[in-house]
Amino acid sequence: MTVRLSEVAKGQELPALNVPVTREDLVRYAGASGDFNKIHWNERFATEVGLPDVIAHGMFTMALAGRLVSEWTGDPGAIVDYGVRFTRPVVVPDDGVGALVELTGKVAAVNDDGTVKVTITARSAAQGVLGGANAVVRLPA
Amino acid sequence: MPLDQSFIGREYPPTEPYEVGREKIREFADAIKDSSPVHRDAEAARSAGHPDVIAPPTFAVILSMGAHHAVVADTALGLDYSKVVHGNQRFTHHRPIRAGDVLRTQVIVEDITARAGNDFLTVRAEITTVDGEPVCTALSTLVARGTAEQGEQA
Repeated sequence: MTVRLSEVAKGQELPALNVPVTREDLVRYAGASGDFNKIHWNERFATEVGLPDVIAHGMFTMALAGRLVSEWTGDPGAIVDYGVRFTRPVVVPDDGVGALVELTGKVAAVNDDGTVKVTITARSAAQGVLGGANAVVRLPA
Repeated sequence: MPLDQSFIGREYPPTEPYEVGREKIREFADAIKDSSPVHRDAEAARSAGHPDVIAPPTFAVILSMGAHHAVVADTALGLDYSKVVHGNQRFTHHRPIRAGDVLRTQVIVEDITARAGNDFLTVRAEITTVDGEPVCTALSTLVARGTAEQGEQA
């Protein structure tokens, strides 16, 4: 399924996406990305440096938020610009449940050059975890 | 000690070439639970207009973070990496990264500021093919907590 530029209007909401995140997911992301910082898998180390528990990689949260956009466009290659600010960590307890990252987004602008700006909201444990998150996508006409 | 602002604009030598493999793209897509066939199936990617499987939009972090090592390890700059958190991240894709790409990354110190006792180091990573074709510009702000001179808000 591919969304077309002609079908898009400012204010339109993207289909929401909820992603459960467990410690196992963080270990897999660490391996795939090469970011083995211990705050993402070692509870003893995380609490020693003042964190409440193990936290997800900010880049993992950013990747999940990117999926909200690419699952809407149907083509991950449509994303030409994508930026976020990491405001709060996603805390991932080792309790058999983990964390839930809740993603919503909407069309903020249809630009003159035919690109579309999408703003993304990412929440976990009832708090925003990304700030200023937006993506610019180029859609087929 | 705040970071030395004379480092703004400094360019580090480009990294050794990184060859993007189909299986690495699949591994990364699996890790972010992205099931799109354009990350796995060359035929599906071609149907979507790409010459081969393409990487997810944040795959470039593997290259940009790898290239940051040159800045982080520069003792003359003196960033205390044990106090660093990732402040923000932006990717500008000139085209998607795809399997078979052989890429180099060059990092440039874009900006250095200090606010409320924290150092903010913004690093730009220019990811290109070895032939010089622009692929992705990654802009990362690293925040070293409590390493700058104490400000009134600290």
